[in-house]
Parts: sequence; structure tokens; C-alpha cells
Amino acid sequence: MPRHRLTTPLGDAETTLLRAGDLVLLNGFLYTARDAAHQRLAGLLEQGLPLPFDLDGAVLYYVGPTPPPPGRVIGSAGPTTSYRMDGLTPRLHSLGLKATIGKGPRSPEVLLALKEYRAVYFGATGGAGALLSTHITGAETIAFPDLGTEAIRRLRVSDLPLLVINDCLGGELYARPVPIRPGRDRISFSG
Amino acid sequence: MRTIPAAEVTRAVRALCLQANRHLPDDVRRALEQAALREENPHAREVLRQIRENCALAAATGLPLCQDTGLAVFFVTLGQEVRVDGDLTAAIQEGVRRGYADGFLRASVCHPFSRRNTGDNTPAVIHYDLAPGGGLRIVFMPKGGGAENMSRVTVITPAEGWEGIAAFTLRRVSEARSNPCPPVVIGLGVGGSLEQAALLAKKALLRPLDDLHPDPDLARKETALLERVNALGIGPMGLGGRTTCLGVKILAAPCHIASLPLAVNIQCHSSRHAEVEL
Repeated sequence: MPRHRLTTPLGDAETTLLRAGDLVLLNGFLYTARDAAHQRLAGLLEQGLPLPFDLDGAVLYYVGPTPPPPGRVIGSAGPTTSYRMDGLTPRLHSLGLKATIGKGPRSPEVLLALKEYRAVYFGATGGAGALLSTHITGAETIAFPDLGTEAIRRLRVSDLPLLVINDCLGGELYARPVPIRPGRDRISFSG
Repeated sequence: MRTIPAAEVTRAVRALCLQANRHLPDDVRRALEQAALREENPHAREVLRQIRENCALAAATGLPLCQDTGLAVFFVTLGQEVRVDGDLTAAIQEGVRRGYADGFLRASVCHPFSRRNTGDNTPAVIHYDLAPGGGLRIVFMPKGGGAENMSRVTVITPAEGWEGIAAFTLRRVSEARSNPCPPVVIGLGVGGSLEQAALLAKKALLRPLDDLHPDPDLARKETALLERVNALGIGPMGLGGRTTCLGVKILAAPCHIASLPLAVNIQCHSSRHAEVEL
């Protein structure tokens, strides 16, 4: 599969080259945000207040890490399921967000936003949080520290392994489930 | 009558929290190794390689296998000839508090309305059973949110029967796609009452992946449904492939003549559980 080594912030020059199925080793900085942080971000936008970080070219990672043990910058840090953040994602893309990292399929609205704003959706391997944490070389809480694991952190990453799940041309890597066929044990009262 | 000090329970529960979150059971590791041999899709192979490397790394470093260290679910079987000196429930909750703090595990429990995090991963969900004898068995399952979110309880009609159960399960897995971190384990609770079906489904997830249901008819149904789930082609992390599911496990109980309660509890590939006998 094609491989790319990219560094944040991302621009159209990078995102438009990416195709569903490509492997990306991501470097630079990411921002973490999951359910509670998204609610706070939505509240700030609703009130017309500035967000705690610059969205221009930014990459969001849906993760709530475990606490760092002594000698480590972060604990396990794999992706959480993305659909719960779908409601706010198109708005964030319209404000400059270029990529999100999570797992699981996105809504039609998010997929449209990827096309419109030339953004991408990356998948990281769920349940590989220990392994993924070895690619995180720095972590700093930058907003909502009261949210604990759900606070917004700025992570420095080194060759974080990702797959392009949805590209900005409408391509998708996830398999479409094969339609369910009735089994032999089926009975019917209607026929 | 045998007496077990509450402090011993707390120590044992703390150890279970660390063990289960760092080490996958042998049967789960073997199933993931077999899956890696079967897959040809390069994306599925890469994901399974990462999952297995993650497993080795967690065991070596003590980092939790997954950042979602779960809602702490316990199945406690208390012998009728044993008494705990002190408050058994409080002792288990204290073990969770210490295990999650000492193991640098994530506090993932919050108030359902305010969503305020309780900060120490308590309260655990504890299910008690009574049994004859003088033993105290504690089974711990850290249950992640992603797969639990894809689980469902329903009551279908008796006429729908086994095919109704199979169709509901297949629809659930198909709709869940990559959300619950496949390859999944599927626990089916069939019969009983609404809440008993849900409990049976969760308990079914504790069965070893390579065991056979003692009822030959149910053993055949488990194998047949596993094949149908894997024919969906969802594959590891939804990337396509032969392994959507590592095992279908059924626990059944008699039910009302009007009803067929059914629970589908989905478990991610990080099928973590540990137990101790005191």
C-alpha cells in the first residue's frame, strides 16, 4: 500500500494527495478531543468565543488516554469511536480542521465536509493504545483540565501509523458488509 | 463457617484490575494469532500485526492494552458456607479504586446526566450469585464503551425462533461495522426475562473461545452463526477480511411462553477478563 510521511499542519497540498487505503506516518502536533471536549467546543462556537487552539491545518485525535506512568509522557492512547463527534465535525472542517483520527464510519454529513473542505479521516488501530503511545513524544494539557482524560491535549507525535479511511474525493477504505441472507431455519406465518 | 477478611478481597480485586488490563487471556491471544494466519487483505494483516505487537508490549511494559480500561464489571459467586468479615461490596469498590490508581488505568465512569467523572472508576457493577460450599470466586471484566455501545437487548416472538435470533445478531454486527473494534466476540443471552437475557449475554463473553457448548444443538448453532457473521466480510477493524468475529457464545434460560428475550453483547478483540478464587 502507498506510504506517506507527513508533518502537521496539513494543507491541501498534502490532503489532496491522500487516497483511501494509504498508510500515513504522521509527525508534528495533534490536538485531542472526545465527547466532553466537543460539547465545550460547541458551546464556545455558539457563544462566538475563540477556540483554545488554532484550527487552521490542524489534526484532531479522538482519544482519552490513560494517565502517564512515571517516565512516560502519556499512558495508552488509542482511538475512540468517531461517530459520537460527527455532529460538530463539519463545522470544525469549515473553520480549517484538515483531518481527524478515530475509528468507525462517519456520517454522510462528515463525508460531504471532507470533499468540500479537502480534508481527510484517518483510522488508527483500536485496541492498540499501548503501541500507539510509543509514537507520542510529548503531551501538554491546553484546555479544560477539569475534564481529566477528556481534556484537550497537544500531543507531539513521531511516525504515528494511520490508514486513510475517507479521502477528499469520496473514497472509503471500510468494507461494506455483505447483505444478510436468510438461513435454513427461517419459518414464516405469512406465506 | 469459613471467614475471609474484607481486606483480602480488596487486595485480590486490585490485582485483578492490573492483570486483566495488561494481559489478554491465552485463548484470545491464540484466536488472534490464528486470525493473522487466515487474513490475506494487507490492511487487515497490518491491523492484526499491530494488535499482536500491542499485546506483547502491554505485557512487557505494564501499560494497559487499551486506553479504554473499561467500566469495571464483576461476577461474584459467594459460597453459602463462607462469610466476609466486613462489607464485601465496599471491599470490591476499594479494590477497584486502588487498582485503577496504582495501575495508571483510566477513570471512565461518570454521572449519567451531569457527565461528571467520578474520578476513580467507581462504582463498579457487581453481580452476585450464591453457590453451595465455602468458596468465593471473583471474575473481573473491564468492559470498554465502544463495543458495549453496539450491544442491544430485545424481545422477539417465539415464532421468530432461532432464525430470528440469528437475523437480529447479524443485523447488529452489520450495522456496527468497525465501531466495536472487530474481530469481536459475541455473547448471546437467550431466554429468561429481559434483564436476565442481558446478564446471560455478558456472562457468555467469559466462556473460553475454544470451548464447546455442552448442548450439542447450541454448539452447532454457535458454529453456524460464527460462520454467517464472518461471511459479512467486515474484517479486522472493518477493513475487510475473513475475521469479523472470534467466537459466538450462547447462554440460554427458560422463558415465558409468550416471549423470546434476546441480548446481543458485543465484545471488542481486547477481550479482557481475569478471575480469582479466595
